[in-house]
Amino acid sequence: MGPIIPINDISTELNYLIAFLIGIGFGFALEQAGFSSSRKLAGMFYGYDTVVLKVFFTAAITAMLGLVFLNHFRMIDLSIVYVNEYYIESAIIGGVIMGVGFIVGGFCPGTGICAAAIGKLDAMAFLGGSLLGILLFGETYSLWEGIYMKSYLGGIKLSEVIGISDGLLVLAIIGAAVLMFWVGEWAEKRFQRPDITKDI
Amino acid sequence: MSHHNYITGTTKYMNPYVAGILLGTVLLLSFYLTGRGLGASGAMKSVVVSAVDVVAQDHAGTSGFYSKYIADGKNPLNSWLVFQVLGVLVGGFLSGALAGRLTWKTEHSPNITSRKRIMLAIAGGVLFGFGSQFGRGCTSGAALSGMATLSLAGFVTMMAIFGTAFLFAYFFRKNWI
Repeated sequence: MGPIIPINDISTELNYLIAFLIGIGFGFALEQAGFSSSRKLAGMFYGYDTVVLKVFFTAAITAMLGLVFLNHFRMIDLSIVYVNEYYIESAIIGGVIMGVGFIVGGFCPGTGICAAAIGKLDAMAFLGGSLLGILLFGETYSLWEGIYMKSYLGGIKLSEVIGISDGLLVLAIIGAAVLMFWVGEWAEKRFQRPDITKDI
Repeated sequence: MSHHNYITGTTKYMNPYVAGILLGTVLLLSFYLTGRGLGASGAMKSVVVSAVDVVAQDHAGTSGFYSKYIADGKNPLNSWLVFQVLGVLVGGFLSGALAGRLTWKTEHSPNITSRKRIMLAIAGGVLFGFGSQFGRGCTSGAALSGMATLSLAGFVTMMAIFGTAFLFAYFFRKNWI
């Protein structure tokens, strides 16, 4: 029965070793997908390369489908799986600021770490900036605390909000993703930039 | 042989759908083993909190933001996410080595200079770092892992990040295309 570590008495050392190994898999998958290239990532927003859409949604669907099946076969106790807590304002404001950071900086923290690992200097600059940004938030926290803690809705799921089962929601997301993949493949032809894609 | 990818054999990168299934399997494994998904900005926060704790211990102890991570003499670097991110560095390096992509490089559009690209990367990093704290996680921890558990927060954060980037893409096009 999963999740293995919270249920069983696993030593801290083994827990950290597992974290390290999972991280290797994470970094390896990101780099193989091409997420170590800022121009490849930015292609998402200009249509010439939609690898972000394809990898992101395929990964999300794989994991959500896996969780639904593990739950169905009673192999995981979903009540102790962490569901992100929703605070309406902070999720939207944080997301909008990150969106601007993405198009300006060309990376997100995970892809930045992965790109820095293969020697991308722009990624190292991005990560330095990220540390500064986190420090800035920490130093000005009292200004934001009110809105940061506002409208707490707890770990609610989209399926609960709509009022459908988890399985049905996953099915709907798979349908939407297939449609988006089709649009992505179309966009790569419509907005193709061979001069850029041969470089990345 | 410098550009030969030993993983895929012929193409530069892995097929995106295959890479997505690989990433999703790693994410699922993380949930199955630990009950939590993947993350990146959380580990960077640990670095910032411990740096502040070293430089200005009293300030860190009284701050509403830092204090919760260092209460009771806790070391913020002793965290699951920090070890996971160290793994990301190793995994990314291994993949880059096997694909012949290890090189010191500032990647940028021919329209802008390397210097401008570095400035933009720092500025974007500041915004992303700030936003990741405001939004309780970044693309990995909030959007991807959040969506995998079907959390409303995950979907909202994902749409806010990608929607905003699409909206602003036009104004920054010269930097990329």
